[in-house]
Amino acid sequence: MIRSFRSVTGACAVVALAMAGATLSGAALAQQKVLKFIPQADLRILDPIATTAYITRNHGYMVYDTLFATDAKFQVKPQMVEKYELSKDKLTYTFTLRDGLKFHDGVPVKSADCIASLERWAKRDALGQKLAENTEAWTAVNDKTFRLKLKKPFALTLDALAKPSSNVPFIMPERIAKTDPFKNIEDPTGSGPFKMVKEEWVPGSKVIYVKNTDYVPRKEPPSWASGGKVVKVDRVEWIYIPDSAIAAAALSAGEADWWEQLPPDLIPLLRKNKDIKVENIDPLGSMGLIRFNHIQPPFNNVKMRQALLYVVNQQDYLLGIAGDVKNGRTCYSYFVCGTPLSSETGAEALKGKRDFDKAKKLIAESGYKGEKVVIISATDQPIVHSQSLLTTELLRKLGVNVELQAGDWGTLITRRTSKEPVEKGGWSIFHTWLVGPDLTSPAVNFAIRGSGEKGWFGWANDPKVEELREAWFATTDAANSKKAAEAVQRQAFEFVPYVPTAQFILPTAYRTNLSGLIVAPVAFLWNVEKK
Amino acid sequence: MAVVAFFVFSLLYLTPGDPAAVIAGDIATDEDIRRIRATLGLDEPFLIRFGTWVWALLHGDLGTSIFTNLPVTRLIGQRVEPTVALTLCTLVVAVAIAVPLGVIAAARAGSWTDRAIMAFSVLGFSVPVFVLAYILILTFSTGLGWLPVQGYRSITDGVWEWLRHLILPSAALGTVYIALIARITRATMLDVLAQDYVRTAQAKGLAPAQVLVGHALKNAAVPIMTVVGIGIALLISGAIVTETVFAIPGIGRLTVDAILRRDYPIIQGVILLFSAVYVLINLAVDLSYMFFDPRIRY
Repeated sequence: MIRSFRSVTGACAVVALAMAGATLSGAALAQQKVLKFIPQADLRILDPIATTAYITRNHGYMVYDTLFATDAKFQVKPQMVEKYELSKDKLTYTFTLRDGLKFHDGVPVKSADCIASLERWAKRDALGQKLAENTEAWTAVNDKTFRLKLKKPFALTLDALAKPSSNVPFIMPERIAKTDPFKNIEDPTGSGPFKMVKEEWVPGSKVIYVKNTDYVPRKEPPSWASGGKVVKVDRVEWIYIPDSAIAAAALSAGEADWWEQLPPDLIPLLRKNKDIKVENIDPLGSMGLIRFNHIQPPFNNVKMRQALLYVVNQQDYLLGIAGDVKNGRTCYSYFVCGTPLSSETGAEALKGKRDFDKAKKLIAESGYKGEKVVIISATDQPIVHSQSLLTTELLRKLGVNVELQAGDWGTLITRRTSKEPVEKGGWSIFHTWLVGPDLTSPAVNFAIRGSGEKGWFGWANDPKVEELREAWFATTDAANSKKAAEAVQRQAFEFVPYVPTAQFILPTAYRTNLSGLIVAPVAFLWNVEKK
Repeated sequence: MAVVAFFVFSLLYLTPGDPAAVIAGDIATDEDIRRIRATLGLDEPFLIRFGTWVWALLHGDLGTSIFTNLPVTRLIGQRVEPTVALTLCTLVVAVAIAVPLGVIAAARAGSWTDRAIMAFSVLGFSVPVFVLAYILILTFSTGLGWLPVQGYRSITDGVWEWLRHLILPSAALGTVYIALIARITRATMLDVLAQDYVRTAQAKGLAPAQVLVGHALKNAAVPIMTVVGIGIALLISGAIVTETVFAIPGIGRLTVDAILRRDYPIIQGVILLFSAVYVLINLAVDLSYMFFDPRIRY
């Protein structure tokens, strides 16, 4: 009896000590500056090379660093690199790393890490592959200096190394970067401004990062992903809240400090709250698009695709996606508006007066005989579904036999891999959106390409656009680059690989005790101060 | 369990969706997806995949999440506490409220009290959990600021913090359950109250409370326990909605997220867990009959 009483007392004491310990660690946590951030999506995959998911890219920016970065003026700036040289024949780049670069495990960043990381990246990323085509060899000169030898001059070398969006050429330790690029890495060790606390990661709920105290920021002010990445909080908690009404309530109640992307319907509500600022801090936003299946009737006929250019009203799509025309703009360009290569060259059909008669005439000329058109949609993705509803209505007005088949995003992205006719589970149209940095040039806009079955879903086959794209790669100055991009765009508006629907910006919301948010196409969490 | 395992695996195999396509992301090509599928072994024939899974299962290994690369046992382990806390809290509160309500309604059958309780019961049954959750959050969190909007705190962070985060989710989830148990308790009690032995007890001059609790309720307990047991399944499905609305990292949300992404090992693991729990609950309910009715023997 006495023994069992002692056991119980002992157990109680252990529990009490554990509770006291927990309280103490809670008190220590309360002393820290903790930034609570509601991200746009749940982080599931830690490998920013194995996936193009934007949430994983954003995680990448937390824990990794890059050799170069693009600034707000679209200029390439050194980031991990202290200095670089280009040989007179423009065939050899020599890079020297900055002093003090260390991975989160304390190991210094070496040339071998950079080479392994870039080689892995180049196996997955389209621009990386282009760089790889032109690469003769990467060689380490010493631990801090390495060399890139090209087969022929490649003007976009530094742009590729400073690519701001998926896939970003992040630098990882060599031991991790040696992983098969088609297999997800598990170890989030990088050399970036934050360290991920993997033990506290609860997928579907929270991701925890702490300040990397060993990180040596650059001296320059931050500008997009370039400049000094100065961390001004001790800990960042990404809290994933799937229900947007609850996310709004959490922000209002002070349970979160910053909500990355607001759904349009909650913007007016949060604007009324004096403790919350609602702002557009993404200068480029994103663009919606209507993607056709180019290998199945009826959109294998160019006239059917061109018909949609005459009836898509970007204002309607903007309203549908962003709820208010103030949250975006019309953009009659395949290269996102507000960037050097954007123009309205060849966009007359999309920009002019909406002309249903012209569209009907084109449909008749295409020989369309009432074949079923299937639009696949995802109701769990409002941006996709709102566009799908609008396109369905447009096609009905044009007398097309259209059927909207809505499911979830997981089903859509599987089904769009099918090359079968619609009767056998295929599809005719799907909608999606791409962020501005993925649409700045022919190099990164993969949806404009005409590489056929090797290309993006829809499998547009347009050798002419591929040829013009190659010509663009060969340009070496800004004026020629612009001219060559216009030629690509002119051809794209003829061939219509997809229809750009609108340029929209989903605003961000944060509590007024935050300051220092960086205006950029990605929500960067350095430089943010919490009072 | 073996049958459940086979059906779960087969259904998932036949369900449209490809985790490789989800992993590859929006910007991918057929070749990217094919390579990822091969790396994950998703291109293997059904029998090989099923055999591999069963072999690992027999060794206590539920597999690894396709997306996070974390063991399914760890992912489930992370989520057990919030779901168990939410379910138990709801169960305890619901039984504590619903049984007395049902007894009072039966004792005063036909009165205004009875009608009020039954009206509440119908309302509780009719209002969807998420609507009730929003009303509660609007009132007690954003309105009065008494309770947190979302999230979960472990009991190790302090009992009060733990409870504060459970009050609203339990209230939202428990209302349906209270309504169900209250109605069943009332109906069963009305049957029992019409029995001869109750009339005998009343004729002996026992106090009404003693008759209700000591004689009637004890004899009505078996059907009530059956409904409580069945209701746990209702609680588990309700917990999925509640956990999503209140952003509680429980097993319900883990399941929904896994289904949306086609993370097969997690879905298989969770469904097996749910089936095992349900079998155990039914066993516990069956055993409890012996306690309430000594005539029952197995």
